[in-house]
Amino acid sequence: MDLQNADCILIEGSNMAEAHPVGFQWVMEAKKRGATVIHVDPRFTRTSAVADLHVPIRAGSDIAFLGGLVNHVLSNDLDFREYVVAYTNAANIITEDFADTEDLEGLFSGWDPETKRYDPVSWHYEPPARMSDDDVANIEDVQDGEPVSHEAAQSDTHGSGGSPLPWKGRRDETLQHPRCVFQILKRHFARYTPHMVEETCGIPASEFAKVADALVANSGRERTTAFCYAVGWTHHSTGAQMIRTSAILQTLLGNIGRPGGGILALRGHASIQGSTDIPTLFNILPGYIPMPLAPLHQSLDAWVEDDEGKAGFWGNIRSYSVSLLKAYWGDAATAENDFCFDYLPRLTGDHSTYATVKSMIDGGCKGYFIVGENPAVGSANGKMQRLGMANLDWLVVRDLQMIESATFWKDGPEIETGELVTEEIGTEVFFLPAATHVEKSGSFTQTQRMLQWRDKAVEPPGDCRSELQFYVDLGNRIREKLADSTDEMDAPVLELAWDYPVDETGEPDGESVLREVNGTGPDGAVSSYLDLKPDGSTACGCWIYAGVYADEVNQARRRKPHWEQDQVAAEWGWVWPANRRILYNRASAAPDGTPWSERKKYVWWDPEQGRWVGKDVPDFVPDRAPDHTPAPDAHGPDAIGGQDPFVMQTDGKAWLFAPLGVADGPLPAHYEPAESPVANPLYPVQSNPGRRSLKTPSNPINPSRSEVFPYVFTTYRLTEHHTAGGMSRTLPYLTELQPEPFCEVSPRLARERGLVHGEWATIISARTAIEARVLVTDRLRSLRLGDRFVEQVGLPYHWGGNGLSTGDSANDLVNVTMDPNVFIQDKVGTCDVQPGRRPRGPALVEYVAQYRRRAGVPEEGDL
Amino acid sequence: MVDFLGWPLVRQLTGADRLGRGAAAQSPRSRDLEPRTRSADRVVDSVCPFCAVGCGQKVFVKDGRVVQIEGNPASPISRGRLCPKGSASKQLVTSPTRVTTVRYRRPHGTEWEDLDLDTAVDMIADRVIATRRQFWRWEDEQGRRTRHTTGFASLGGATLDNEENYLMKKLYTALGAIQIENQARI
Ligand code: SF4
Repeated sequence: MDLQNADCILIEGSNMAEAHPVGFQWVMEAKKRGATVIHVDPRFTRTSAVADLHVPIRAGSDIAFLGGLVNHVLSNDLDFREYVVAYTNAANIITEDFADTEDLEGLFSGWDPETKRYDPVSWHYEPPARMSDDDVANIEDVQDGEPVSHEAAQSDTHGSGGSPLPWKGRRDETLQHPRCVFQILKRHFARYTPHMVEETCGIPASEFAKVADALVANSGRERTTAFCYAVGWTHHSTGAQMIRTSAILQTLLGNIGRPGGGILALRGHASIQGSTDIPTLFNILPGYIPMPLAPLHQSLDAWVEDDEGKAGFWGNIRSYSVSLLKAYWGDAATAENDFCFDYLPRLTGDHSTYATVKSMIDGGCKGYFIVGENPAVGSANGKMQRLGMANLDWLVVRDLQMIESATFWKDGPEIETGELVTEEIGTEVFFLPAATHVEKSGSFTQTQRMLQWRDKAVEPPGDCRSELQFYVDLGNRIREKLADSTDEMDAPVLELAWDYPVDETGEPDGESVLREVNGTGPDGAVSSYLDLKPDGSTACGCWIYAGVYADEVNQARRRKPHWEQDQVAAEWGWVWPANRRILYNRASAAPDGTPWSERKKYVWWDPEQGRWVGKDVPDFVPDRAPDHTPAPDAHGPDAIGGQDPFVMQTDGKAWLFAPLGVADGPLPAHYEPAESPVANPLYPVQSNPGRRSLKTPSNPINPSRSEVFPYVFTTYRLTEHHTAGGMSRTLPYLTELQPEPFCEVSPRLARERGLVHGEWATIISARTAIEARVLVTDRLRSLRLGDRFVEQVGLPYHWGGNGLSTGDSANDLVNVTMDPNVFIQDKVGTCDVQPGRRPRGPALVEYVAQYRRRAGVPEEGDL
Repeated sequence: MVDFLGWPLVRQLTGADRLGRGAAAQSPRSRDLEPRTRSADRVVDSVCPFCAVGCGQKVFVKDGRVVQIEGNPASPISRGRLCPKGSASKQLVTSPTRVTTVRYRRPHGTEWEDLDLDTAVDMIADRVIATRRQFWRWEDEQGRRTRHTTGFASLGGATLDNEENYLMKKLYTALGAIQIENQARI
């Protein structure tokens, strides 16, 4: 909604008009008020059609483009200097040991070619000139090589906290010191020239200049620019760094924490934000508290040590963690037993979904719950997914419809080719029908962190049940079956606080679960995370959601119509944290606490009241004066200075340079996707050196610059379908609107390969070949990179073999090569395209094998 | 005798609606149609279950069945609008191909079989207990305590409620299961 306040909106890595149609009305609202809308995307879509400017880009080259913009801003002194000096770490001085990609031919210092990991010790802030006792202790830790960890699992886990810094560091606010972040940034991005952007992205210098000028003209005191992205950024082996590049750019332009600014992640599922906050993710617990790691965390103290007491709200980690343990284990969790810390399983490495699938193929994981997902269609490299499922002992699928992940044993693509035989598959499959969104009550968290409660409208039919009911029931049964066990292994299950009353239909009360999530103390429901205590007197299932049940009221259920409220609409739903709509909004005021401008007034300091006031809940200590300097020995929120708006970071500053916490470098650098038709124009290092590969025969990788696989493919969604199709290919209305899969190709590519509009084409990668109808269109432009053209093939990925509308899955073409921070895969790869339908049966396997041989792909896969 | 006076053409020529765009062209069927939203017994506040925009929905219920789902005009996010997916969401509930009974495929089986829900959940509980134990690990190679199992995994959450995700993670964590993932990774 705040998008309507933007003066310029850059949409990149997202086709917002088609994938988030109703959200897009706010872009149009901004445009009506005069905002410039720019769409940077490989395809011309309905988003481009209403944008002021569409800039086609080669898929996967976004860091080069954004890096070019950073360079433009830095080399022409166009940054919002007052903001940058006060609110970012531009002034921080980095240790002498740091070496950049400029010095090391595309790598940063700390690279270990053996482990293919970075040791970030040389990326640190130079220690402060005058050190407190804490700093001295910390410096000793760092010199001992601990506890600084750059494990990928951790770079993600500090999502809400930022990585813990050992010290705030020395600053040069003139930004002249050669080792200050600002100067390092300048040197690092100097090679991202308009010419380089053209060579890498296929964007002519004249187009680049238009974007650069629009961003700069619409940033500063009076104006703000917003960025929107979706999986066009996240789905890359350099995804985290793509987003970081945009964050660097937006921070340099002063567009974070201000109305009409920010970087908006457009998320694809109703509660994908919620399932990250209250995660069903391997590496975090609710509220982004990291899962303990076996090598580091063998006690409560060790677990919270890195973060505890550090400046900012994250410094209260012990209160959040102890309250979570109390929510989990209730009365069993006491100060004497470390609040049952030992009941938490500890991680020993990457347990993410792709690693798990490989483990299934290898026989190390034998049971699988699939709950409202369809990995046989929706995950990269569908064959790997199905081979994994075929090697299980048991599989539970909970869904509304008979999805492909439930029927792979009967009619999956591998049954057709003979690679799998039904009678030989030993997997026992339970399909349990689920309740729809109107057959249960509960909350979703949408893309701007807003929780909205749904009331139950009708009872689910037949055996259909909510997940709430299924899991409460499952937990009850497991606990009954283990009731007599004295095995230590079973203690966490038996002592679990698992007393959920159910109604006559067996349905648990969702509001009582939400109340547990909110947290409770001696006086009932807590009203904010500031109420949480480290002594066990409070319990809280997810500290960032504390307040959603304040005053014993389900705040997520609020539905005050927008016409009865101002634009912020604070009484509709509830936004974490603390019903705050714009994060870090202290930055909407100048260092002295006055609004940057009348036009962009949002939150400011009221000297009379001695408080922060404004249109939103201030994201700051409410009475912390702008000129406050914390005492040197202050901890947690007390250590936040009056001019440190980034209250979750240990130094209160936005990180242009990440001294810690990012697995593949303190600054973004452009590397090519794992499969690319070109050599990396920026560095001698071709692909992200830290990328994670899955070495298994079903995941072969096309060699880069292969003439056998000369084209780029990229997958995407349509308005009328939803991800893996289970909720859309099964509905008559939607199927009628988009009845079959297709591939979009440029007229030039169609000529080159003899493809006919409306006829069939076969698209081939080292994994498999799929077929789709041909759509020849100018919407895909042939990109000129130096003296050659690059062609891109657009593939909607919603289809599979079941449902009312069927077709080959584009995800079967996609390889699994992952970003080292978040273990998310590339969605782009290389391919060949041929006219006509693909071979059937065993002939398909041979057809693809021939391609692999011609391209020189090792038969055993990526080994 | 045919009542030709009721013919639309005659009505158009003789009545007030000379252009034939209103009353003259209306059939008794269309005249008697009433919006399902008006005859509903109840209207329930909901939220679209597809993408993360989070459009507000009004669910119209009659005789215990969903008869219509529309956009909620009061929502500051969506102001009453729904895209094709949100507009089609009634069919998620009423789809004729929706599966409403448990289906079971035994190992090496070639067809689905029926299974009672209660039995199914009980069988699943047994399998969780057995697999958890089979792949239990107290320590890693260096003797550091792990207290986890890698025997079973879970995928899903982004289409579910916060309360559901919360209980899933809580139960799995107590069981020592760590390979818990959802669409946010994919
Ligand atoms: S109606 Fe469309 S835009 Fe709105 S939440 Fe549903 S899928 Fe998203």
